[in-house]
Amino acid sequence: MKVRLMRGASAPRVASGFALFGLTTVPLWVGNSYYIDVSSQILLFAVFALALNVLVGYGGLVSLGHAGLFAVSGYTAGLMLQAGFGHTAAGIGAVLVTLLTSAVFAVLALRSTGISFLMITLALGQIVWGIAYRWADLTNGDNGVSISTRPAPFGISLAGAPSFYYATLVVFLLALVAMAAFVRSPFGASLCGTRDQARRMTALGYNVWLIRFLAFLFSGFWCAIAGLLYLYNKQFISPQVSALQASAEVLLMVISGGTATLMGPIAGAAIVVIMKYVVSAYVVRWNLVLGVIFVAIITFMPEGLVPGSVRIWGFAWRRWRALRPSGKPGPGKPGLGEPR
Amino acid sequence: MTALAITGLMKSFGGLRVTNGVDLAVAPGERRLIIGPNGAGKTTLFNLVTGELAPDSGAIALFGQDITRTACRRRAHLGMARTYQIITLFPRDTILRNVVLALLGLSGLRWNPLIDLDRQHHLATRAGEALARVGLGHIADRPLTETSYGERRRVEIAMAMAQNPKVLLLDEPFAGLSIDERRDVQQLLAAIPRDVTIVMIEHDMDVALDLADRITLLHFGEVIVEGTRAEVVADPRTREVYLGE
Repeated sequence: MKVRLMRGASAPRVASGFALFGLTTVPLWVGNSYYIDVSSQILLFAVFALALNVLVGYGGLVSLGHAGLFAVSGYTAGLMLQAGFGHTAAGIGAVLVTLLTSAVFAVLALRSTGISFLMITLALGQIVWGIAYRWADLTNGDNGVSISTRPAPFGISLAGAPSFYYATLVVFLLALVAMAAFVRSPFGASLCGTRDQARRMTALGYNVWLIRFLAFLFSGFWCAIAGLLYLYNKQFISPQVSALQASAEVLLMVISGGTATLMGPIAGAAIVVIMKYVVSAYVVRWNLVLGVIFVAIITFMPEGLVPGSVRIWGFAWRRWRALRPSGKPGPGKPGLGEPR
Repeated sequence: MTALAITGLMKSFGGLRVTNGVDLAVAPGERRLIIGPNGAGKTTLFNLVTGELAPDSGAIALFGQDITRTACRRRAHLGMARTYQIITLFPRDTILRNVVLALLGLSGLRWNPLIDLDRQHHLATRAGEALARVGLGHIADRPLTETSYGERRRVEIAMAMAQNPKVLLLDEPFAGLSIDERRDVQQLLAAIPRDVTIVMIEHDMDVALDLADRITLLHFGEVIVEGTRAEVVADPRTREVYLGE
């Protein structure tokens, strides 16, 4: 006699329930405030990777300049706070300036797709890095910008690691819900259509350019949110954040986790951040470990960690059911790890 | 009034004149067949008519409205739909979803980022009807990757017809089909009501001739012969183009 966990609960739903429970209790079982901060970083980089995935996964537009958008947001807020503005003004200012920068990026980069799009975004990202690094009068150059306080929304201080973690978790969940809605929406389907058959989409009456442009702004908005969270998490931002390596890192998060899935970028963000901040404490050449992990993912799960695991798990499950004749194998329902 | 009026249309790729002063007038409800050997400029003519290419000079009018400089996507909204010689579908989606995308293209819903597309049952219903008309209703939920070439040809037609076009442009709808499949597609096209004007490119004269009211023979980007089926077949220039001296 098998006992079902919950009536009518599908496997992905049960898994999401457990994941949510795990996420809300992180400060309790992680303990150490350094690791709580690392958990916040995973979540904020997950928001960043989800934002990039809008273009890379659903739009088929591989950008190597997204760290530029992330940094524009962080720098704008940091500099506004230094200039004496409040947190609300700095936050709104950061989002607006980042959206404007995204619009400029989009207008320039969307003249083409594919490798040209990648090269243009790379160049634009490098311009942001150049400004952050060289225009010292504005950005304080290599020394970066530090801020003294974190905001206290609704009177709740975010100064401690646990409270900041919960604030990040709320934003992360909002981003996840927004992405899930976006993917299922007609506009999301339109974006996927421009990725798969841009020419056909035009003939069917879609404005392909405008769809891509709006998707770029949507992506830029969540980059801005992630950049703000980063600034407040570290209370410091430096040109490194806008460097090509940072753009490549977030792109690796998306690709290794699984493009065009909701869970892939989150898994990718977790791998990279854990390597960077946790494994690096024990292994000096943590970059090598990260490289080996990426090579393993590309070799065994070329579609990415999340959809690859779903595939291998499904295969193992069917084999196991086949060995036990009493069970009746049913068709699997596509979960959040299924690429679209 | 003519459904589709083309006057003095010119298009060159570098030094090559692919469309060389083409005049064409298609009456509402007419079935027009465009024939010509490889490289005659048939598909280029289609791409000019749909707006995927911009002409060097000349004019195109749809039911009296000049659309020469109208964007390709706007022409779909004005009632023009096409199929492709090389099948151009959405490979990651189901057949039904392909047709839903065709319907969505003309719907204001396509900009909506908040609602669930799968819950828009009126779109799915209409898409299902369009698929039933081409005989694919029973496999509507099948992923496109699991369909045959012949089925995909019919999905192309279903997508174009779902948009309720006034002018339907068919680029080699019989290409690559077996004899049985050809007959099916022929019946399907014959059943399209006369309020749809059809312009069709086709190499396969046997099936296409039966459908056509009038035929235009294109050669090196120019209209060589135009007339009824009997006139064009009897014309010595047709024999010359197709059979040599």
